[in-house]
Amino acid sequence: MIPEFDWGVFLSEPWNSYQIETTMKIVGMGFLVSAACGWIGVFLIVRRMALIGDAISHSVLPGIVLAAMLFHTLSGPWIIIGAGLAGFLTTVFIEWIQKHSRIKSDAAIGIVFTSLFALGIVMVSQMKGSVHLDADCVLFGNLAEVATRNGDFILPPNMIQAAIVLGLTILLSLMFYKELLVSSFDPILARSIGIRAGLVHYGKMAWLSVIVVTAFEAVGSVIVIAMLIIPGATALLLSDKLRVALVLSLVHALLSSVIGYHLALWLNSNIPAAMVVAGLLLFGLAWVFSPSQGIIPVWMARRDFSERIALSRSGRK
Amino acid sequence: MNWWSSERRIPVSNCYWIVAIVFLLAAPSAFAARIGDLSETTVLEQAARFFTFQDPAVRMALIGCILLGICCGLLGTFIVVRQFALVGDTLAHAVLPGIALGYLWSLEKAPLPLFIGAVAAGIIGAVVVSLIRQTTKTKRDSALGIVLGGFYGVGILLISIIQERYPRDVAGLKSFLFGSAAALNESDVWMIGIITVVSVVILVLFYGQFKVVSFDGVYARSIGISAQFFHYLLMLLLAWAVVAALQAVGVVLVSAMLIIPAATAYLLTDRLHWMLLLSTCFGILVAAVGAFLSFLGPNLPTGPFIVLTASAVFLLVFAFAPRHGLVSRWWRRLKQTRQITRENSLKAIYHLQEAGGFAEEWITIEKLSEQRHRSAEETQQEVTSLVKHGLVLRDGNRLQFSPTGKSRAAEIVRNHRLWELYLTDRANIAPDHVHDDAEKIEHILGEETIRRMEESLNLPAVDPHGSQIPQVKKEVTS
Repeated sequence: MIPEFDWGVFLSEPWNSYQIETTMKIVGMGFLVSAACGWIGVFLIVRRMALIGDAISHSVLPGIVLAAMLFHTLSGPWIIIGAGLAGFLTTVFIEWIQKHSRIKSDAAIGIVFTSLFALGIVMVSQMKGSVHLDADCVLFGNLAEVATRNGDFILPPNMIQAAIVLGLTILLSLMFYKELLVSSFDPILARSIGIRAGLVHYGKMAWLSVIVVTAFEAVGSVIVIAMLIIPGATALLLSDKLRVALVLSLVHALLSSVIGYHLALWLNSNIPAAMVVAGLLLFGLAWVFSPSQGIIPVWMARRDFSERIALSRSGRK
Repeated sequence: MNWWSSERRIPVSNCYWIVAIVFLLAAPSAFAARIGDLSETTVLEQAARFFTFQDPAVRMALIGCILLGICCGLLGTFIVVRQFALVGDTLAHAVLPGIALGYLWSLEKAPLPLFIGAVAAGIIGAVVVSLIRQTTKTKRDSALGIVLGGFYGVGILLISIIQERYPRDVAGLKSFLFGSAAALNESDVWMIGIITVVSVVILVLFYGQFKVVSFDGVYARSIGISAQFFHYLLMLLLAWAVVAALQAVGVVLVSAMLIIPAATAYLLTDRLHWMLLLSTCFGILVAAVGAFLSFLGPNLPTGPFIVLTASAVFLLVFAFAPRHGLVSRWWRRLKQTRQITRENSLKAIYHLQEAGGFAEEWITIEKLSEQRHRSAEETQQEVTSLVKHGLVLRDGNRLQFSPTGKSRAAEIVRNHRLWELYLTDRANIAPDHVHDDAEKIEHILGEETIRRMEESLNLPAVDPHGSQIPQVKKEVTS
């Protein structure tokens, strides 16, 4: 079942001069997508909105399908507008249900995103024609194909789009760093210094939809959730500082893309899923060894502490 | 590429029935007969096949969906009232590696290994969520997201490896991702049935414990019920329900089967046992209707149709529920606003009469509109409404109270002044700060509150601004 691991074949061969271009493109695409997801994921996690990320990554589907039906393409501005709209509507619906009934936020999220996703799947099942969009793509993504597609420029079009989105994500979050920070941690202070938390929230959700849709064709709509949450969660295990966590999430995205690609080559498996598994392994490592919260350091600190207490007790006697 | 169509045993017609109907409406009459015939044979034949239950595939699909509705409706209730609706979603994704491994074990879609694998993976997922939360500062939503995305990734990895090895067999495995009620066979339905019966028995046996644990964990612990044990028992049952539902609706949409019927029921009742019953009924209803709808046309996926049916029912209830519905809330608010407007008009008439020392009972409409700061038109409307409710008598351009109107007006004025007095006297609020508050509360103060305020203030005669507090004598009818 599991092929024998051969260092030469699975570690060095992808980087020789014949294959390096493919390798760079696939790893690069994986990195661009999961870095953008991870970066905004940090902001979602500190706001305790990880599951809104889950919701939006599913509910952009009808927007994507609609735009694909109308404009016969899976990249470009129309898809982004369609998905942004779907993501914005998701947020509005969730808040609408919460406001006008006794349904709590988690159930409201569950109702809205499953309904929109179901709508999207029905639309996909009725789709015919030039655009390659089927349930396989929704579930697994198509990273290798997307990353090696030929475009008008040197790089494939999706990759250029992903690079622009990552760049804009970082740029926008640095430009509005204060707003994001304050509205994340202290909504009352935010209001008192004139930051409109609602606007920041909706803006963030719309941008999240853009990121999700950029990732969509490459990794599918469920893998995106893992890429949104795992890098940020790992980074926040390692640091309490938001800036450090943001940088660490990029490191996590890079490492998980590289390791995941090799894993996929070795196991001959789906590449985005392998990247997620690699990311999960990195999370596991951080969970065990993180200096401040890891299982082993915490256990050791606790043991030292109880030893000190025992010592001081025996000293008093 | 649509594997659900390959799984279904419905003859795939060349013509979509929806499209056919649209064409029937739009096309010239020469073509209408032909296209109409086509649509009729497809849809009606399918419908007939569905309702006669002669086709074993239809019977299995329907029985499976109904059992599923029962199982998910019951368990969904608990996760909705406990406010961790999205745990269902997490479990639904987390069972995927277990399913892949179970499949690998037997290399076919045998129910038992898949079931064991899925339940094991689901429980491991639930334990990992708890462990992450206990040992780190990670919050619940992130922990759920990590397990959801991470386990799903592992599952997809395994499935893609299996797919590479045994390309032909994997179609059956893929049906777990979106579900296909039409592909349910007898052993699947037996498994769903057993899961449902066991879940119902456990829920009935431990209903009291589940109820206490759901609403008050601390109290549960104090009377010796282990909240943790029942939490994991619920997780176990949920994992079972998820496995049962996977066949019909697929991984991604299982959580809809759990959440939407229960949330719909939550809009209709406050009692847990009613909610369980209603949620089960909704579950059965949407599963059966959704399965039926997806049967009507070719290439319509079952799971999404069940979910869309559920959301349609939710929307209906959301709009029209008697107490918590959008329409009834809006209607109540409208009625209340109108009543407050009427009462404010009554109060204005009372003030006008009071200003004249109650010598003149007839008040002109112009004076009223001046007093209320309203346009003549608005005042006319208000007066019409007052007359309709029998609160005032109208004579051309003048009006005066009817007996009921008079006592209601006196009540409102009394409520207002009494409240002002109470606030200044008992709450030490300055007399010039109490008016706005009294303006709101005068409409809703009840008899009992008034009686106790009067007692506490010793039946006062004047308010803090020196106005008389009218005495309202209620006629005692025995």
